[in-house]
Parts: sequence; structure tokens; C-alpha cells
Amino acid sequence: MTRFVLKGLACLGLVVSLGSGLATSASASGGGDEISRQHWTFGGLRGHFDRAQLQRGFQVYKEVCSTCHGMKRLSFRNLSEKGGPEFAEDGAKGLAETYKVSDGPNDQGKMFKRPGRLSDRIPSPFDNEQQARSANNGALPPDLSLMALARKVEVDHPFYTLPYHMIKDIVTGYQEGGPDYIYGVLMSYGENAPPYKDNGGHLAKMTEADAKANPAMPRCATVVSEPGQADVCNKMSEGMHYNEAFPGHQIAMPAPLRDGVVKYADGTPGTTENYARDVSAFQAWAADPKLEERKRLGLMAMLYLLGTTVLLYFAKRRIWSGVPH
Amino acid sequence: MSDHLSSYEPKNAFSKWMDSRLPVMRMMHGQFVDFPTPRNLNYMWTFGGILTFMLMVQIVSGLVLSMHYQASDADAFNSVEAIRRDVNYGWLLRNIHAVGASMFFFAVYLHMARGLYYGSYKAPREILWILGVIIFLLMMATGFMGYALVWGQMSFWGVTVITNLFSAIPLVGGAITKWLWGGYSVSGVTLNRFFSLHFLLPFVITGVVMLHIWALHVVGQNNPTGLDIKTKSDSVPMLPFAIMKDAFALAMFVLIYAWFIFFVPNYLGDADNYIEANPLSTPPHIVPEWYFLPFYAILRSIPSKLGGVVMMFGSIALLAFLPWLDTSNVRSAKYRPKFKWFLWAFFFSVIALGYLGGKPAEGSYVIWSRVFTAYYFIFFLVIMPVLGLIEKPLKLPNSIMDAVLGGGGPMAGSAAAAAPEKR
Repeated sequence: MTRFVLKGLACLGLVVSLGSGLATSASASGGGDEISRQHWTFGGLRGHFDRAQLQRGFQVYKEVCSTCHGMKRLSFRNLSEKGGPEFAEDGAKGLAETYKVSDGPNDQGKMFKRPGRLSDRIPSPFDNEQQARSANNGALPPDLSLMALARKVEVDHPFYTLPYHMIKDIVTGYQEGGPDYIYGVLMSYGENAPPYKDNGGHLAKMTEADAKANPAMPRCATVVSEPGQADVCNKMSEGMHYNEAFPGHQIAMPAPLRDGVVKYADGTPGTTENYARDVSAFQAWAADPKLEERKRLGLMAMLYLLGTTVLLYFAKRRIWSGVPH
Repeated sequence: MSDHLSSYEPKNAFSKWMDSRLPVMRMMHGQFVDFPTPRNLNYMWTFGGILTFMLMVQIVSGLVLSMHYQASDADAFNSVEAIRRDVNYGWLLRNIHAVGASMFFFAVYLHMARGLYYGSYKAPREILWILGVIIFLLMMATGFMGYALVWGQMSFWGVTVITNLFSAIPLVGGAITKWLWGGYSVSGVTLNRFFSLHFLLPFVITGVVMLHIWALHVVGQNNPTGLDIKTKSDSVPMLPFAIMKDAFALAMFVLIYAWFIFFVPNYLGDADNYIEANPLSTPPHIVPEWYFLPFYAILRSIPSKLGGVVMMFGSIALLAFLPWLDTSNVRSAKYRPKFKWFLWAFFFSVIALGYLGGKPAEGSYVIWSRVFTAYYFIFFLVIMPVLGLIEKPLKLPNSIMDAVLGGGGPMAGSAAAAAPEKR
């Protein structure tokens, strides 16, 4: 066993020495490196949701996001269940009743609308994809129920540090790439794509002050550089918005949050940053509603298994003692 | 071992009655209680037991999951979400099964690496090894089809890419592909038959595993010296010695397994697979699960589609011929000073191919994929046959017991005789 481990380390040495060639060849396909990791209460081994934050996050979803985005995998009952925002059941029921849900057919064979119940899914803003696209300049606002699991922050580590980052993420239990991404996108809107200066085929990024002095500078969402060829500037498309964190930097959704658009009841300041953080946390819960149960059970399971392993180790040692092997 | 007789003695009237009719207890006792195991086995020999455990875990968790799963293109993804959200402990079952697939492959790769390092494929273990290759192939098919069942974006597009490989076969490729799909594209029909096969194959694997264990118990286990068991002092009875060691190793393994289940269940998966399958939108990078990446890298490193398919399947099929490709009559790489380093370079190549398989097929990634693919084949087809003829192996110990006691001589022999044979 130890011999295997030593050989493994020798292999790793070889990896490092072979390294540099590959490390520099990473492609520049936008998104990823710009997104920094946030602190979340639900991160790590003993992570749990902050109820007040989830409640505020739901408020942001309801008052801002839900005009375009659905959350079709959530039922109203989920909002009052354990491990989530834990709204009072009456509150969730009252909320459900404010929605009109289609049901039927009734005994005349007609579909009808009725007030929502706890068992109903939260209705989506559009009936179908075509309706959503026609209302949104051709873009489809994705359902947010699983957004926090369906996105990840991709960072191109050079491959010789990759084992370190992998082990670190596994040991610290990092699984919050999704909320980091959502928060990153919500916080990374820019007024306009950055200006570039053409230096004989090479495009160099300039500051806004430079652009003011020379308004003719091209603004590029992304720049494609191929060795031996002039750089290509990808200008913003019609109706798109610049976003530093979004892959390709062009997003159809206009910046949804501004300071003060949602009035929090609990005295939390109504800043864009707070909205973004709360709604990201809410989506993390919506995508993984059993997170608290999972982590709590996990700690007990690990303790139990650890105890078993230690006992087995001593039993094994005792049995093999005095037996050359 | 073939000449090993069970020391089973029926103790009561019922077991005597049973023993003269169906001596199953005698067989179990002979094969799993007093079966002689080499005394020098290290922890790399514990993966056989671990893999048997994983197969059982996958079958049991899969059986319960199948009671909640709906194999249709409209419902598959929704039913997986219902399992995660609404089924009692469904999230746990699902994590056990999904992480279990990864742990299964993790263990099988270490098991295979051990076989390569200690020459467990050489005579008289050829059939044992070939059965292992068959199990590996069946596992790959099962894992691939199981991943399809989630019916997320990566499931759908992974199936599309891999089934399309069959279209590279000359003349009949198109027909075979349509036959696999059950239509003109990957659809709910494909999903349904994958579910059916994903349910069936684990039982086929179980059958081949039984043959694998049977073959193992005919020829006996290999060991780090690669020497055969010559005298009784070379071995210890399976119970309690090997069983206890296996149990401890299994507990360590389950600790890691549980860590993934409870704390990083999505670490090994792809975020894109939480997006429902959409035939109209192709993800920017289609990547298989990590355990297929080395073979995916081999596939993509060849500029021709048919060539890539042949090389990919060839890289696995080649394993079945190892017993005859390796010309050395020394089993363990421990006593083969040159082969050892070529073999470590091979292990490194496979890991490197795994890394490259997850990267976009462009620029230097492709060049390095070709380098490591070339080494993969050169190692088996050139280095193994040639090196066995020209390499001068180290001096082998006289027996397993001598190796354990560090050298030969009369002292070692007497110590061996004095060693307590606990029963």
C-alpha cells in the first residue's frame, strides 16, 4: 500500500514537470474566472439555511423574478415545510389563494380557474415556451427551480494544481457553485461592453476614460484571438445586455435588480447586493430542499462509520498480531 | 484452490441431513471460511470484496429507485426530481445510487491496476482475467445506460454522441444505429429500452462475477510476490484473517463513499444534467462521466471517426489479450525493475487521458491526447512483449513465507514453523 502511494507521488512529480505546456493552452471561453466564491450559511459540513434570508429571497423572487421566470418544481406547501423558508402554514395557504390555478375539466367538461391550494405547484408566468419567447424579445427565461444545481463556476486551473483544488473542494464540502454563479451574474451587469483599442490587429482593453476621449473605439462583448490572425471583436447584439460573469458576456435579461425595488419587512437594507444574495440562497434551497436533512444525517452517519472503522481496525490488528504478513 | 478440501463437519442432525443432500454449507465453508489465502496480501487485494459489496448496493438501491422512476421522455426527468423532493429518503437513495456508480468504477480501476502491477493476468489466471474484462465491459454499458435514465441534457447528448459512434461501422452502421435508437433519433423509445437493459445487465454482471470468483477459487489468489502457495505456511485461512482485513478496508471505503453521498453528492456529476433533456439545444461541451474520460480521449484523439471508434473499443478489447502479450514469466512487477517504470508511466498516461478527455478537443489538448494514446497502445503491443524477453528480473524469494520474513535461510524456515496458525 505504502509503495503504491509512493509511486503515486512520483507520478505526480512527473505531472508537475510535464506541466507548463498544457497550463498555458487554456482557451479563453468567457465566464468562470470572474465569479468569486461567496460565503453561504448552507455551505460546508454543518450548513443550514437562514430562514429569514430564504423568506426575503422568496419575496425578491415573487416581486421581481416571477414576472418572467417560473419555479414549477416548487409547491406552495414546500414554503412551509421544515428545512426551507418555513413560512407559517396559514401564510403559505393565504399566498396560494392569491394565485389563480387552472383545474378541470368540471362536470360540464370545461376547464376552470380556482384559487391555489397548498398542494398546487407555483404557477409559471407563461403558459408555454412560445408565449415566453414572444414576450421576451425571442429569449426564453429559464425555470429557476433547479438553477442553483444546473450552473457551476468553471475555473480553468492549470492541471498540476488541479488535484489540490479537487481535494480541497471535496474535503471542505464545496457545492455552492450554483448560488455563486447566480449571485455573480446578478452583480456583474455593466452599462456597456468594454472599449478596445486596435494595436495593429491586436485588440487591447481600455478604460471608460479612454473611451470618453475617443468615442470611435469599438466595444466588444468578447474578443477572439487566434495565433497569426488579427483579433476579432464580437460586438453586442441588438437587445442584449453586457454581463461580466455570463458566458459570452451577452445576456438577454436586463439588469433585474436596483436598490430599493423590494421593500424588506425585517429591516434588512434594500440593496442590490442583499437582493442578489437572498434570491440566490432561495434558489439554492429550491433546488435542494433536503440539504439540511442530508447534512445533519451525514454527520451522524460519518460518526457511526468512523466508530465502526476504528473498531474494525483494532480487531484486525489483534487478529493479525503475531502472524507474519 | 482446486486441491483444497473443505474441513466442514456438520454438527447437528439437520446439517448432517442437508450435507448428504445439498452440501452447500460444505462448499461455502471450503470457499469462504478455511480457504487458504496468501498471508502477504496487501490492501490492494481488498477491492474484490469491495466491488462485490458495491454491486449489491447498486442492485438494491436501483431496485427501490426503479419503483419510483418513470422511463418516458416526458416523465423521466420529473420522476427523478420527485424522487429527490417527495419520496421519503429518495434523495438518499438517489445519491447512494449515483455516487455508487462512481465509487464502483473507482474501485474497479484500482482492482485492475493491482492486477496489472502484480501480474494477476498471467497463467494460470487467464480465464479469471478475461472474465474480469467482460465484467468491466458490462459495467461500462450499465453505467452508460444508467446515466441516460436521468434524461438531463448531458444524458441525452451523451447518448446521442455514443450511439452515433456505431454509424461509423461501414455498410451496416446506419442501420445498426437506427436499430439501437428504435427510430431516427434518440427519443423516449431509446430511453425505455435503456431502462430495460439497465435493469437486466446488473444480473448478468452478477452471473459473470460468480464465474470470476469460481475461477479465482480454482487457481487461488495471486499475491505481491507473484509466487504460488507452495506449503501450508504460505497461507492463512480466509476467516478470520482475509475477511477481517477486507472488512476494515471496506469500512474505510464506505467512509469515503458516505462523504460523497452526504456532503458532495454533485461533485462527480455534471451541472448540465440538472437541465431537462432538450433535443433542440446542444450543450457547448459534451462530456461523459469521469470514468469514461480516458476512453473518450482516445476516441477523440484519432482524426477519423471509424479509426477513433476502433481504437476506443480496441483499447478495452486489448486487455483480454494481456496474458499472451506479456512474455515475462515473472508475475509481480516488484521483481521487474524496468517493467515497473513502464507500467507506472502507463498508469500516468491513463490518468492524463482522463484529464484530457474532459477538456475541449482543441490545440495542445489534442496533441497530448495523441501522445498518451500512442503510449497506451505501445505499452501493450510493444513494451510488454519485448521487455519480457530482454529484461533481467530480480532474484525471486524462495517462498511467500520467506518474502514475508525478509530473505531465506534456515532461520526463516523455523520461524515459519513456529508462526501461530490461529484458527
